[in-house]
Amino acid sequence: MSWNRKHLLDIESLTAEEILTVLETARAFKAVGARAIKKVPALRGKTVVNLFIEPSTRTRISFELSEQRLSADIINFTAEASSLKKGETLKDTARNLEALNADFIVIRHSASGAPHFLARVLNASVINAGDGAHEHPTQALLDMFTIREEKGGIEGLKVTILGDIVYSRVARSDIWALTKLGAHVTLCGPSTLVPRVFEQMGCRVTYDVDEAIREADIINLLRIQHERQRKTMFPSLGEYSSLFGLNRARLARTRPDALIMHPGPINRGVEIDSEVADCSRSLILEQVTNGLAVRMAVLFLVNGGKGPQEVAQA
Amino acid sequence: MAETQILNGAAMQRALTRIAHEIAERNEAGNEVVLVGIERGGAPLARRLSELLRGIWGQPVPIGQLDVGMHRDDLDQRLAPDMQPTVIPFDVSGKTVVLVDDVLYSGRTIRAAMDALNDFGRPRRIQLAVLIDRGHRELPIKADFVGKNVPTAQSESVQVRLAELGSPDEVVLEKR
Repeated sequence: MSWNRKHLLDIESLTAEEILTVLETARAFKAVGARAIKKVPALRGKTVVNLFIEPSTRTRISFELSEQRLSADIINFTAEASSLKKGETLKDTARNLEALNADFIVIRHSASGAPHFLARVLNASVINAGDGAHEHPTQALLDMFTIREEKGGIEGLKVTILGDIVYSRVARSDIWALTKLGAHVTLCGPSTLVPRVFEQMGCRVTYDVDEAIREADIINLLRIQHERQRKTMFPSLGEYSSLFGLNRARLARTRPDALIMHPGPINRGVEIDSEVADCSRSLILEQVTNGLAVRMAVLFLVNGGKGPQEVAQA
Repeated sequence: MAETQILNGAAMQRALTRIAHEIAERNEAGNEVVLVGIERGGAPLARRLSELLRGIWGQPVPIGQLDVGMHRDDLDQRLAPDMQPTVIPFDVSGKTVVLVDDVLYSGRTIRAAMDALNDFGRPRRIQLAVLIDRGHRELPIKADFVGKNVPTAQSESVQVRLAELGSPDEVVLEKR
């Protein structure tokens, strides 16, 4: 077990051992969620700022509840209700928050690298809650936790990520985590959304959906990121659904023990059919529950980490 | 690093047997006693004591395991500790909870354990059983049942090795 980082900025810079440390720590925090009193004093007296410059519901709620269960004090800050609307820069906003003696800043931002920037200019611990199309490290960690819990391990598993890869920060973080932990990753989707350049990350790229899911142990579905697509990347949602959506017919051609994951929010009838989303092989709600445990573990670990400042050279 | 053996496997077994008899003597109504081992070393010791007590009372004694990592008072001053899930599969309210740990030192772990236990209910009473008491208390905490008192210097460390954690049973004193 090892963790000496002050920030969680991305999965790319983590070692397999560090990832496993988070997952092991999260097991202990998952047990807290099953108690009558779901709260521990680990971050008592600490202040967390949730700086959500890009809209988010489930990640923000998950972080908030995780922080409350660790007994931290919380300030929520959203773009709509902030001085960013009045022309303040991110740096000034963050420094003002730090002047309030915030210990942790959880940031969601539409610009890739925003958390890395904050980590360089602030003394607080910075946790990336999603930066543009770059990374979403806590989502990848909760995905790894869920897979490990269901399958007993990650090494050697065949994992297929299906959908909009190029605009997805979840895909990038998942690919980093899965390959570091020894899984075989296959990417599939429309060729405009799954460029071959991802082969450089150690993945297999295919455009044949039936072949991509036939041998998979885990099928991770991703939502079409309309908000990030600058031009039309495929003809229509109906066509996407018929060519790439996971429906009952396609599910029947997978291994009987293949499990379905999705980071949410799901678009029923587009990337996933209702009956697939609600079937017993779907882990979608397990992922939400595990997200709390993993985020508690991350906050707990970075609280103990004192550096070396991994962003110093960035 | 020089090592001195304090207890071998047989002596450890005798110490635990004696602790079990003392627990049985102090708590005659055996059905109200539960054991809670403090991770990591205390949890396997609690399982062994539970077996011994079952032999004495003729009925099973429930066991739980408690990790105090989330309740420590020094989280700011150290790296985050390794943690195991806390599992208390019974209601502690009204029970006599015997906390079990391998080494009693500053007493801070026990304080954290009593805090953590409060989140699970209100025990009738809490007692403390430790295999080794090495002194140097920093809090007003005292064990009810002690396997062996070992005078130590603060520069020394006490290692309890257990078969359940991968090495033959023994307790050694390490001088740095």
